[in-house]
Amino acid sequence: MFKIVTSEKLTPVIDLFKIEAPAIAKKARAGQFVIIRVDEAGERIPLTLADWDAGEGTVTLVAMEVGTSTRKLGQMKAGDSLHNLVGPLGLPSDIEKFGTVICVGGGVGIAPIYPIARSLKQAGNKIISIIGARNKDLLFWEDRMKTVSDELIVTTDDGSYGRKGLVTEPLKEKLEQGKIDRVIAIGPAIMMKFCAQTTKPFNVPTIVSLNSIMVDGTGMCGCCRVSIGGTTKFACVDGPDFDGHQVDWNTVFDRQKVYLKEEKDSLDRWESCQCGKS
Amino acid sequence: MEEKPKSKINLNRIDMPRQDPKVRAHNYNEVALGYTDEMAIQEATRCIQCPKRPCVAGCPVNVDIPEFIKAVRDNQMEESVRILKSKNALPAICGRVCPQETQCEQVCSLGKKGAPIAIGRLERYVADWDLAHKKEIKVELPPPTGKRVAVIGSGPAGLTAAADLARMGHKVTVYEALHTAGGVLMYGIPEFRLPKKVVQAEVDYVKSLGVDIQLDSVMGKLATVDELLEKDYDAIFLGTGAGLPMFLGIPGENLNGVYSANEFLTRVNLMKAYLFPEYDTPIKVGKQVAVIGGGNVAMDSARCALRLGADKVYIIYRRSRTEMPARHEEVENAEEEGIIFKFLTNPKQIIGDDKGWVKAMECYEMELGEPDASGRRRPITKQGSEFIIDVDVVVVALGTTPNPLIPSTTKGLEVTKHGTVVADEQSGKTVKDRVWAGGDVVTGAATVISAMGAGKRAAASIHEFLMGQKA
Repeated sequence: MFKIVTSEKLTPVIDLFKIEAPAIAKKARAGQFVIIRVDEAGERIPLTLADWDAGEGTVTLVAMEVGTSTRKLGQMKAGDSLHNLVGPLGLPSDIEKFGTVICVGGGVGIAPIYPIARSLKQAGNKIISIIGARNKDLLFWEDRMKTVSDELIVTTDDGSYGRKGLVTEPLKEKLEQGKIDRVIAIGPAIMMKFCAQTTKPFNVPTIVSLNSIMVDGTGMCGCCRVSIGGTTKFACVDGPDFDGHQVDWNTVFDRQKVYLKEEKDSLDRWESCQCGKS
Repeated sequence: MEEKPKSKINLNRIDMPRQDPKVRAHNYNEVALGYTDEMAIQEATRCIQCPKRPCVAGCPVNVDIPEFIKAVRDNQMEESVRILKSKNALPAICGRVCPQETQCEQVCSLGKKGAPIAIGRLERYVADWDLAHKKEIKVELPPPTGKRVAVIGSGPAGLTAAADLARMGHKVTVYEALHTAGGVLMYGIPEFRLPKKVVQAEVDYVKSLGVDIQLDSVMGKLATVDELLEKDYDAIFLGTGAGLPMFLGIPGENLNGVYSANEFLTRVNLMKAYLFPEYDTPIKVGKQVAVIGGGNVAMDSARCALRLGADKVYIIYRRSRTEMPARHEEVENAEEEGIIFKFLTNPKQIIGDDKGWVKAMECYEMELGEPDASGRRRPITKQGSEFIIDVDVVVVALGTTPNPLIPSTTKGLEVTKHGTVVADEQSGKTVKDRVWAGGDVVTGAATVISAMGAGKRAAASIHEFLMGQKA
């Protein structure tokens, strides 16, 4: 069992948990993920690390409530325990001095881009961060991102905060304005696809982090397979970071939809159980 | 008083009752029901207690088979358990999944007459008796040696090595990547062939020997082998198995509805997707399911698909029935349950609909040519023989290779081009100091009992090393 030290609602649907996991905290590196299971009947779900503290022995996870597992998670409070927490999994992000790096975080993807931006900053890069959300209420960690960025641009789809529009617009402007050595984009698959499409004409290496459906997360099942430049790779062990220009996005989108019906059925059932409880 | 065994040879091998195929095809309860007391004594009485004991040599862990059978015959069940468990820490599992027909039973003296003693069924009977009559049996352990051993992987090889090392007085910690101990016994072999409570009970037995099992621990990531050796352990046993699924490499393999057998079985067995939505992990239940492959894993996948509610389940195998690597008993079980076998058939491509879902599979007809390196006749594609099978779920059960996580993070291990770790066949010693390996990680995918045999031999070799008799 893994004890939750603190929990916090970052937005009405996005939760933060700081969890006791000293062994993982000691080994964690930017870009890696963990797999959690909320309870005995729970799914194994992958979450990219949002932060960790080796001294304190904790890892920080940020999850958006979308299905049964993340809704269950959202109900957990400090003092509660996760049934399982395993990691750190996947390959760490490449961290070296590239020059000027744009870090794009969309929605809940702001959480995992933060430690990557921080590591890249520490490695001596100039960091331009672009973070976006649908509206002001769904935005979080602007303050944190500021501390690791030389320049920070905030967008909302509806213009309720920061600049109105999608993250790809400032991304394109920055690419036009000056030499950019690398782009890292983490967020919804569709956002990552369009970020990769935006950088392609500029020939700037673009890394995306694929959060595929997984079971074991150690290369055993192949559930998370993605096609990268025509070759099948497992997001769990070969990734989660991949060259955004090589990703076959259609397969990514299709494979995200495998369990749409089951996910809905499960959530409906869970919600009706919750009504009975209150 | 028991009668003395009759000298007359009795060739009436006692069948084990099984669930009716029509009923069992729709439930996850165990297919084989086990012997009754009467059946067990009858079968045990058939054993002629021959002095040559070929069965013992035929067993990868050298169980004293005639002795445990004699104790069953004499109704000395506790004694029988003691004999069995002194060599085999996981008898309830072995009694169910060992291929006895190619091991102990194959060489049984009565086998020549066509009716070998049903050693596997008797082993299961004794082990189940033990589980049912569980008393507070104090396991006598020698005084602690003060030596510490880490076992990586809690499958059959790891559990056996851990149990043996603990019984020799060493402090053993087992590291398991998943959230449950048992490895392939938990994620791979289905409930109806190996009930999970049986596995759990045997894992508990290993724990009762003082073995510490650390779950959720992905070694290579959480700590490397070198770090373990530096800090805490005198020796390490790698029993990480062969967990990496192989795919065909044909078009359409990434379509929705295509599973590796590992994923399909893990969802069903480990994550209990057959109890969805009570359990949260879903699985796609196909109407028409094709399972590609001819081994036990293919049989398990097909029979799971049927129990999930598929109308038609095909086994697609490129050779003929004779070359199938699956146990005869499991093929027979699958056939009885209504699995459709398509022999001499090989997939060319998987065809998807416009939403990215499987809708059909195009296959070639095959014919058999000359024997290949495996000794089996090589399948040859009949050109122009393509035909289409309508399917909506495909399970690829072509075998597995070892996970590279440990080899790739450990300095000084020798690895073959197949990804297996090089280790001495007898002792399991790798070329790296203080590291042993055994089971599927060394041999590639094989059987539970051969992994257990390797775990046992490695434990003996580790013990010898730790006690300073041999470096």
